[in-house]
Amino acid sequence: MADLALTGVTERPSRWRLASARGGARLWLGAALVAVLLLIAIFAPLLAPHDPVEQDLMSAQLPPAWMTGGEWAHPLGTDSLGRCVLSRLIFAARTAVEVAAIAASLAAAIGIAFGLLAGSFGGWIDQGVSRLIDVWMAFPPVLLSIVLAAVIGAGLTSVVAAIVVVDWTRFARVVRAETLSQLQRDYAAAARVLGLTRGQILRFEILPNLVPLIVTLIAVEMGIAVLVEVILSFVGISVAGDTPTWGGMIVEGRQIVYQAPWIMALPIVSVIATVIGFNLLGDGLRAALDPVHRQ
Amino acid sequence: MTAILAVRDLHVAIGRRGHAANVLRGASVDVEPGEVRGLVGESGAGKSMLGRAILGLLPANAVITAGTIAFEGRDLLAMPEPERRKLLGRRIALIPQDPMTSLNPVRRVGAQIAAVLSHHLGLSKRQARARAGELLAEVAIREPGRVLDLYPHEISGGMRQRVLIAMAFACNPSLIIADEPTTALDVTVQRQVLQLVERLRQSHGAAILFVTHDLGVVAKICRTMTVLHAGRVLEDGMTADVLARPRHPYTRALLAATPRADRPAEALRPVPPALIESLWSEAHRLDRLADAGLPS
Repeated sequence: MADLALTGVTERPSRWRLASARGGARLWLGAALVAVLLLIAIFAPLLAPHDPVEQDLMSAQLPPAWMTGGEWAHPLGTDSLGRCVLSRLIFAARTAVEVAAIAASLAAAIGIAFGLLAGSFGGWIDQGVSRLIDVWMAFPPVLLSIVLAAVIGAGLTSVVAAIVVVDWTRFARVVRAETLSQLQRDYAAAARVLGLTRGQILRFEILPNLVPLIVTLIAVEMGIAVLVEVILSFVGISVAGDTPTWGGMIVEGRQIVYQAPWIMALPIVSVIATVIGFNLLGDGLRAALDPVHRQ
Repeated sequence: MTAILAVRDLHVAIGRRGHAANVLRGASVDVEPGEVRGLVGESGAGKSMLGRAILGLLPANAVITAGTIAFEGRDLLAMPEPERRKLLGRRIALIPQDPMTSLNPVRRVGAQIAAVLSHHLGLSKRQARARAGELLAEVAIREPGRVLDLYPHEISGGMRQRVLIAMAFACNPSLIIADEPTTALDVTVQRQVLQLVERLRQSHGAAILFVTHDLGVVAKICRTMTVLHAGRVLEDGMTADVLARPRHPYTRALLAATPRADRPAEALRPVPPALIESLWSEAHRLDRLADAGLPS
């Protein structure tokens, strides 16, 4: 019997190279911003020139080093209590990344579980989960987190809890829809005919197909989580007072914005760069991993 | 010989109660051990539905309203779900219609074949992979060791169909439902795939229910055949007899409408609309009788 030719598959083109080509500049810029953020967060104690809570009232409200009156001991100046702004920004990045990573993974885990459940069982389970998500999403998310944080009490745990409780729906909704559509595919029917149980089909057949989607969602979700953490620390229901957060720094800077605008401007710039970084990364990943564009 | 698969008087309806459309109206089919039975019919005849009913793959809105499906003497419809799952993939397998979409796009070919083997036969990872390689060699894939590590999109449609055939035969099933396995392939590949299926059937000793609309394919590989229309069996018998002396006018019309190399194209005659009309009105008459609770 004649064999089918195997030409064209001898040299497998690098999937990484193809994917990054599809992701384009967005992917690289986003990845670079996020990588810088992660490095800063991980190596915060090594990078920060000062202890972020060390006060020095003799050198309060110093401007950044390149402005008149600034000194290189405090490259980005000091706040009204004489604490080093750069050090505080660096340690605040650590808090932000910590919250974002934990909250996004937990939200993803819960959302994926509910999404798979609803998408694969259908019927009243699907109806129940879907209506729950609808009702959930009708609440303004920030308001819901503020209420939650107020109820659970301030602190890092409550910030994470607030984000998870609000944002699991984002994952659940998308995963449910995608599970439904994947289960319609022939390969899912073929898997059923192989005698696999529902759990095995979800675990081995459906979930691997959802990975690109989930990775993208997590990147976007981390950006959102950073923003929520900033909002919550801005209104003062995040971590305790002496732990530096971007939101807390914005509050402090707001009172002296006319005398020392950099104290407020710098954390805002950090937040914007971070959120843009995560969004670009998410956007780039979506393009890079999208199966529609994959040949 | 006792039949390995005995479908008796199967009724399947699709849609909600009151608006249900009948797709199978008391179809009965037997498959003997080791034989190839062709299940022929035009689009909408219910041939795919019959195959899906056996595999438990009916769409969510379809109901089996009557009938039994006995596999090796046990009723598949009355069997508890976990027990049926043990048969599926191991004793009963499917060669699906569309090779392009029936493999999981994100898993390597080898992993997908190995999954069946370790699931049903309890092979270790290494054993399963080695066996998967043997199976690929058996379906005449060159360099099986390399193909194991490829993704479905990296191999051609014909090769994907071979992979699916290898998966179907992986656990030495006694019955294989082949749901138009050659329809999505071009003619040259079709022939190879048919020969391959026939060779594997002989070496593995499986019976095949070959669902197709192609009488040429039936003539080539099926020992017996069943002609289905509007969910009813019109004719049933040895392929050679049915093709040489069709008893039912519909079968005769189908044969006259089949292109053949030894006949000019002008000799082709479409199935007469009046015949189709009368078959459908008969089917609907039976539906009304059934709705009224009368025996047909």
